[in-house]
Amino acid sequence: MNPVILYTILSLTAIGIVAAVVIYFVSKKFAVQEDDRIGKVEEVLPSTNCGGCGQPGCHAFAKAVVEAGDLSSLHCPVGGNAVMKQVAEILGIKAVERDPYIAVVRCSGSFEHRKKTNVYDGTESCKIAAALYSGDTGCAYGCLGMADCVDVCDFEAMYMDEKTGLPVVIEDKCTACNACVKECPKGILELWPKGKKDQRVYIACLNEEKGSTARKECSVACSGCSKCFEACRYDAITMTNSLAVIDPEKCKLCMECVETCDVHNIITANVTPEKIQAANEQRLKREERARKKKEEEKLAAEAAKQNTHETPPQA
Amino acid sequence: MKLHHKLKTFKLGGVHPDDQKISAGVAITPLPLPKVVTIPVAQHIGAPAKIIVQRGDMVKTGQIIATHEGFVSSNIHASASGRIGVIEEVMDSSGFKHTAISIRVKGDDWYENIDLTETLVEEIKLDPKEIVARIMEAGVVGMGGAAFPSHVKLSVPEGKHVDHLLINGVECEPYLTADHRLMLERPKEIIVGIKILMKALGVEKAIIGIEDNKQDAIELFQQLLKNESGITVEALEVHYPQGGEKQLIQALLNREVPSGGLPADAGAIVHNVGTTYAIYQAVQKNKPLLERVVTVTGKSVKQPSNFLVRIGTPVIDLLIAAGGVPEDTGKIISGGPMMGKAIADLDVPVAKGTSGILLIPKDEASRAEVYNCLHCGKCIEACPMGLEPYHLLLMSKKGNSQRAKEEHILDCIECGSCSFVCPSNRPILDYIRLGKTQIRKQKKV
Repeated sequence: MNPVILYTILSLTAIGIVAAVVIYFVSKKFAVQEDDRIGKVEEVLPSTNCGGCGQPGCHAFAKAVVEAGDLSSLHCPVGGNAVMKQVAEILGIKAVERDPYIAVVRCSGSFEHRKKTNVYDGTESCKIAAALYSGDTGCAYGCLGMADCVDVCDFEAMYMDEKTGLPVVIEDKCTACNACVKECPKGILELWPKGKKDQRVYIACLNEEKGSTARKECSVACSGCSKCFEACRYDAITMTNSLAVIDPEKCKLCMECVETCDVHNIITANVTPEKIQAANEQRLKREERARKKKEEEKLAAEAAKQNTHETPPQA
Repeated sequence: MKLHHKLKTFKLGGVHPDDQKISAGVAITPLPLPKVVTIPVAQHIGAPAKIIVQRGDMVKTGQIIATHEGFVSSNIHASASGRIGVIEEVMDSSGFKHTAISIRVKGDDWYENIDLTETLVEEIKLDPKEIVARIMEAGVVGMGGAAFPSHVKLSVPEGKHVDHLLINGVECEPYLTADHRLMLERPKEIIVGIKILMKALGVEKAIIGIEDNKQDAIELFQQLLKNESGITVEALEVHYPQGGEKQLIQALLNREVPSGGLPADAGAIVHNVGTTYAIYQAVQKNKPLLERVVTVTGKSVKQPSNFLVRIGTPVIDLLIAAGGVPEDTGKIISGGPMMGKAIADLDVPVAKGTSGILLIPKDEASRAEVYNCLHCGKCIEACPMGLEPYHLLLMSKKGNSQRAKEEHILDCIECGSCSFVCPSNRPILDYIRLGKTQIRKQKKV
């Protein structure tokens, strides 16, 4: 063999061995001591690095969980209760169950319901359009339809419906990571409790203007008529600035309010039409009873009045 | 022959758009009163004015209908006499809905003590404090476009020394001629206005800066100021955005306003000629700010005009008076082509800061296709504030407000020179504006 090649191989091997020894000792000497539980926790996490938990990534979340030693304020929305249970097992602490959430679109102003009043030809971004003006329809609260939320979704859980121009959340894919909620400049997307048997009910409008103005802008806008507010038996609906809002914490999913809306803008998910109809009938019956009771009371009061009128002359 | 290199201008960046001053030769004509005026209560920078009238009240022209709330705010006056109609949220030229007071006009019955004669009143009787109070009372705001309350500008913070008053007759926006016409038709009033401002500020020197494309105005002022000491006229090179406060200070005084600082830090106060005229009327004639000159122009407009318009007149009235909306119109802009904003509704009322209505033909209105950044550096060359626009775009797009702030995004004057020169048609200013709003939102939180 050519001695040049031989020497080259020998010298490089020698350098390699020396370097390996040096690296070995240096890595031992300067090793970063990390809690090995962090790695274990990270393994069970979904590794999406979506930031939905409020931490900058899954590793940071694992670190925060191990350091805190308590799960009350930390929760991985993507993994949900199943993953959090595993995390609790690894750390040997008590798991905290949380109700799963899902993003809902609180605007029903489709092309059909909300006429365009001007044409926007600027940069295709809801954020920029929202910083420039109130929007290309009369409604200043509604969806701008340029899909910032869809672009930001890491889970392909959203798409724009071409017929309505509104975003749609795919229930099975949404992990409630909060990214779309943060992105939407109009605040149309909101995290909502997934609900018992995945049933939900919400009012898909944010327009706080007077009823007449709101309806001029959008034919399905909440006019603030208060019918649903009056129908609710659990005080779960509040009226602010002629806008009805359902509080999911108080809502018992009785569905009695759904049919009261004259523009059918109380949106339900995974509720059978039969249940809604039954709830509506129940409400109508209850109202009828209340009306009858009122009438009877009125009659009784009138009768009592007449009696009192008749008695004085004898006394 | 014009010797351009001798004319003063600002040093950093800037662009040279085609100036298109089509309506420069058209005299100012008063527009008849509309049937209804709609007066927004937030026409200025600062807190919206507080409404003090109710539906059904009768008001006279010049009567206060909303008072200033706090110091950085401005009074709003009825711009016509009549009965107060609905008070509700209407779309204004900012593109958003704001509360506005509508007045169903009945005649033009003026409020007491307002001098409506044309006679020139030269003698300034009020002392500096009274002048500022009168300007505040009259609701005068900067009429160049930003609508910053003038009394605030005149109240120089303690410890700052102002030695120059600069009068902004630059009108660097292409197309607009409102200030130009005002300088030609009311020069004597403007000069008295300058004297009022000098007295209020206690300064000895005032300079009127006028761009070289308005030779007639420059000559007129030079002639009128022959025997005046202290006030001079300076012809400036045509260079956008010279009408910016900081650019004008650099052009005329060769001083730089520090980042985040006020013009007073450079020893100067800048007022627009339109504002100066309004101040003359407020102080000498007791007439509040309720009308202004608005240029209605565009390449296909039948009669490009300069109208004297009452605040609150709907834009459509101006368009009809200028010969209607041409068929090829693609966009209607409130303001100039560089910094103006497309309006989404023709019933938008004229506000104190509306300097022009510009009709752009379809073929010029649409945005061209956006390509990737070439890193050519043209935006950096064009930026009059010495920023790196392409970089700020990326920072804003990624939502990195912290970094954008470190790169002085808040120094941006939103002149649009970067977007104007970009060969890839990138929406640079859109994103910078977004970045600025993000930072302001964080401040509020």
